Amino acid sequence: MSILLDRTTPVLVQGLSGRIGSFHAKEMIDYGTNVVGGVVPGKGGETVHGLPVYDTVKEAVTQTGATATIVFVPPPFAADSIMEAADSGVDLCVAITDGIPAQDMILVKRYMRRYSFENRMRLIGPNCAGIISPGKAMLGIMPDHIYKQGSVGIVGRSGTLGYEAASQMQDLGIGVSTSVGIGGDPINGSSFKDVLALFEEDPETDAVVMIGEIGGPQEAEASEFIRDHMTKPVVAYVAGLSAPKGRRMGHAGAIISAFGESASEKVEILREVGVAIAPNPSSIGSTLADTLAKAA
Amino acid sequence: MDIHEYQAKEILAGFGVPIPRGGLAYSPEQAAYRAREVGGDKWVVKAQVHTGGRGQAGGVKMCTDEHEVLDAANDLFGKRLVTHQTGAAGKVVYRVYVEGAVSIQKEIYLGFVLDRKTERIMVVASADGGMEIEEIAEKRPGSIIRSVVEPAVGVQDFQAREIAFQLGLEPSQIRQAVEVVKGCYMAFRDLDATMVEINPLVVTGDGSLLALDAKMSFDDNAMFRRPDVSELRDKSQEDARETQAADRGLSYVGLEGNIGCIVNGAGLAMATMDMIELAGGSPANFLDIGGGATPERVAKAFRLVMSDKKVEAILVNIFAGINRCDWVAEGIIQALENNPVDVPVIVRLAGTNVEEGRKILSRSGLPVIRAATLEEAAERSVSAWRNNNKHNIKMVASS
Repeated sequence: MSILLDRTTPVLVQGLSGRIGSFHAKEMIDYGTNVVGGVVPGKGGETVHGLPVYDTVKEAVTQTGATATIVFVPPPFAADSIMEAADSGVDLCVAITDGIPAQDMILVKRYMRRYSFENRMRLIGPNCAGIISPGKAMLGIMPDHIYKQGSVGIVGRSGTLGYEAASQMQDLGIGVSTSVGIGGDPINGSSFKDVLALFEEDPETDAVVMIGEIGGPQEAEASEFIRDHMTKPVVAYVAGLSAPKGRRMGHAGAIISAFGESASEKVEILREVGVAIAPNPSSIGSTLADTLAKAA
Repeated sequence: MDIHEYQAKEILAGFGVPIPRGGLAYSPEQAAYRAREVGGDKWVVKAQVHTGGRGQAGGVKMCTDEHEVLDAANDLFGKRLVTHQTGAAGKVVYRVYVEGAVSIQKEIYLGFVLDRKTERIMVVASADGGMEIEEIAEKRPGSIIRSVVEPAVGVQDFQAREIAFQLGLEPSQIRQAVEVVKGCYMAFRDLDATMVEINPLVVTGDGSLLALDAKMSFDDNAMFRRPDVSELRDKSQEDARETQAADRGLSYVGLEGNIGCIVNGAGLAMATMDMIELAGGSPANFLDIGGGATPERVAKAFRLVMSDKKVEAILVNIFAGINRCDWVAEGIIQALENNPVDVPVIVRLAGTNVEEGRKILSRSGLPVIRAATLEEAAERSVSAWRNNNKHNIKMVASS
């Protein structure tokens, strides 16, 4: 088993007819993902890659039985598309879009609270690389060939740094159960803690690699969860040790604006709860290998 | 995006926040004229630069007659203000704001931020205004009042009243305080701000509230729908390279070191900077060229990094995901052939078609130093920088 996504999960692509949506839909289909249709308002009835396109997410869900969706809609309309997904009854939404206004995300998160926790869609992203369960399915934009199937979960903010970790693991023969990119925005759908909880419960995940960065409280929240609830070993790297305070490092959320948000403070907080820290980005794989050897 | 104090005040005044009388000047003569226009017998001449800590850096001057206003403005125009927030480069003063001075009974801090923990807008206030919020948090943490706003309904009167009473305001000032809090919140929400700060919000001698200083920052991701706010952008206050990069769709932050970085992905770019420091070097910049590392983008990135005269070596670190290493390699060659650089270039390629990419680089005959891992790339960059001719000359010259 993997978390969030497997071979059978029926998936919709919101923004299927766009250049980016159509490109990545093809990549996902080629990987074996069960893509069942797309949603593009005003283009209902058309087909893309032989898949039916619907005007609304609700109609697409009714017609296809989709339980997950991926959003490639441009920033001005993305929040609306995520809320449409939340209202359609799907369980999972991955938002790839980079550049959604922060206040739109405040409204998205507020809107999602109208559903009870059991009925609430799980949102991953935005501004993320998505999810891959190697050998099964991909709901994202990652280069699939760097992921070996296995039993280590990966959760991280950055796409490329997640690739770096996966490829170091592949070189060492360590496989991945599921890799989840939670995205670089200040307000996002699922936090480190949310994804760690899923890995903790997944019988096929034995350990987790967590890739944090400067800015925000989510690594500190994760450390509390690890201390109180996590039985599986966690290895972490936090990017931005050399980043100056108050400057935004690419990601909208990568800015040190409060106490506890620098990389060194986050490393300390994680180390205190027993997380194995990779001292540099080149040693994520080897730190994990050492940790797995000790646990065995 | 940041704006000037006078612009923030103008915006907030439009939302019902009381501000002192004042006027903007582009020359000392205009400043003196503004003082006459404002009236009274005491003025404050304030440098308009995008940084906090202007007072300590000599950017705010009290004046008691028109000649003093003229002198103060004369002194400020063209001056490079260096504060604890600007770095050594400082910010040049091109505009001053002349305001009527007021008598102050009490100084309050009032701020609005995007709180990432609650994922909502939060009001932060303290009766110990006048100093920066970091300083208040350190010296008087107990004085800080926080109130989270429910996004569906916005800030409520009772919340604003609670804050006002906790600040120790008189009953006669509560109504005005509620208007200030609600006005700031509306400005924050309606204009896609990420920060609104009035520090200090003062109680004047006659007991009324007045925003003596104001700061606003805006969400770059939302500027497509705020053309009026976008127009307030003052490029003279930004790092020229950062502006240039943003205009070209690249994400660049200038730093103090001398190893230039060209990387795809924000996280990997930060990690690359970290590796350079761990290897004993110092990064000259953060640069994320984005996912599709096309030859044009790589070429633009080289030009941008080389425009920083401090750069003595360049590290290119590309993890090709959706694109392919052979394309990236072609891009690097094309960029270097069209824009030859006189510093060592270290290239680390990983991901799709990496072998082909490496072959293309070595076949090109260009003096590119190759590295297989991020660690190796950082180490080679640092040693190449140490051995760099330019660097050695400087070492000799300085010894």
